[in-house]
Amino acid sequence: MSVLVYAEHDNAALNKVTLSVVAAAKAIGGDITVLVAGKGCGAVAEEAAKIDGVSKVLCADNDAYEHQLAENVGDLVAEVAADYTHVLAAATTTGKNFAPRTAALLDVAQVSEISEVIDADTFKRPIYAGNAIATVKSSDAKKVITVRGTSFDGVAAEGGSAAVEALDVAKNAGTSSFVGEELAKSDRPELTSAEIVISGGRGMGNGDNFEILYKLADKLGAGVGASRAAVDAGFVPNDMQVGQTGKIVAPNLYVAVGISGAIQHLAGMKDSKVIVAINKDEEAPIFQVADYGLVADLFEAVPELDGKL
Amino acid sequence: MKVLVPIKRVIDYNVKVRVKADNSGVDLANVKMAMNPFCEIAVEEAVRLKEKGVVTEIVAVSIGPKTAQEQLRTAMALGADRSILVETDEDVQPLGIAKALKAIVDEEKPELVILGKQAIDGDNNQTGQMLAALTGMPQGTFASEVNVADGKVKVTREIDGGLQTVELSLPAVVTTDLRLNEPRYASLPNIMKAKKKPLDTKTAADLGVDLTPRVTTVSVEAPAERQAGIIVGSVDELVEKLKNEAKVI
Repeated sequence: MSVLVYAEHDNAALNKVTLSVVAAAKAIGGDITVLVAGKGCGAVAEEAAKIDGVSKVLCADNDAYEHQLAENVGDLVAEVAADYTHVLAAATTTGKNFAPRTAALLDVAQVSEISEVIDADTFKRPIYAGNAIATVKSSDAKKVITVRGTSFDGVAAEGGSAAVEALDVAKNAGTSSFVGEELAKSDRPELTSAEIVISGGRGMGNGDNFEILYKLADKLGAGVGASRAAVDAGFVPNDMQVGQTGKIVAPNLYVAVGISGAIQHLAGMKDSKVIVAINKDEEAPIFQVADYGLVADLFEAVPELDGKL
Repeated sequence: MKVLVPIKRVIDYNVKVRVKADNSGVDLANVKMAMNPFCEIAVEEAVRLKEKGVVTEIVAVSIGPKTAQEQLRTAMALGADRSILVETDEDVQPLGIAKALKAIVDEEKPELVILGKQAIDGDNNQTGQMLAALTGMPQGTFASEVNVADGKVKVTREIDGGLQTVELSLPAVVTTDLRLNEPRYASLPNIMKAKKKPLDTKTAADLGVDLTPRVTTVSVEAPAERQAGIIVGSVDELVEKLKNEAKVI
């Protein structure tokens, strides 16, 4: 067996989720090659070469891959896949975008967002918004798989010494172009990789009130998330949304503030190690999954908590 | 311009999903079925484009059981002009659906295909991308804004770090995310009118497509239940527990 792992990065640094994808690749077994496609992404390839357990890094440095356009990346990966039995990408918006294209070009099914590797053909994955877990077996000779990052503990970022090979393959479909992007800027850790996440819900009342969560988060080095209700009410931007249709997080500590605990939200955070819920409604379903519940007015409890840490 | 809107019949999103006792799947007997919510958004977007005068004809299509006619009628009540059902009792999977859709695209030659980013049953998030690959079309996935002008479509996409905008040449595939629009409800007169709109039925054999599943489901289990913990009496007690019992801060 031989596994190709598609690296997630921003052309400057490797995204930690790639370490989790390598962990899934290790569980499958065989040689692991990491493919870094981007523009000016040499530093990322060097970083990937150090990942524990990686035997080779392919670096496709070309204008066509700068913005991870699915048309170009999908073609590239389909071509590179010829030498591998498994192709793995993170179930991020990048992986979800190009991987099904690659699978279709190879005429194989894709197994989406796996949460566990049983063997080289068999995987577990959540379905129905995490309300059921399916064990599925692929009959295709080549497997294209996306991996739910939070379900796998990442391998060590250091310890490997793989060779980096330049890959001179330019795939440019010419049918799509990058216009621009608006990325949320924040000094706080990214939600999906933060050790502690503090999320606010409809109970926050408005966007300004999130300030008390930011303050507490900065003290704890935490990321700040929100429920869909808070996002839909316009309190905070949608990239903060934790839930089945937003981000899936599994930090050591998850603090849900003013969140009732709709099933959509629970699907995005129920794998957290310790869950704390602060809500004035003692009937809120969030308390059924919380390790520690505090029935209190969040506008009193959060500042008090902040003061006592 | 013509737009194709593929839709899927799924369990209603308000229904609590139950895993069958024999772990063979999810219990769908006597359960309310509906159009997949992301597909409703796709239909709505197509209807809005028609209202703006960008689109002249909307064709809804579904690959599934005979009963998926209900969802196609709903799509027509919402504004689709006609629909096609590719009838099959097979457990259809994204690759097979994408192949059937490609055959429909070859016949209908739409300039735009708008579909949901994923169905809430399998949560695969594959069909649109696969169709785009098979037809050689560009794709704008997870769309929160769609603008058609000058033979191109500009799509703003919801990505992990924020928003990305791409420009695609037509024909193109767009998959919808939640914030693209808020779907309307069908009015009674429109529901009545939809009954008279054309609905063609085809089979996979008519299209020359093999829908055999490539992935088999070995078993389906309910997720591990998380046990409720304790209710603490005060912030002090919470801090104490987090520090000394859970040791997470």
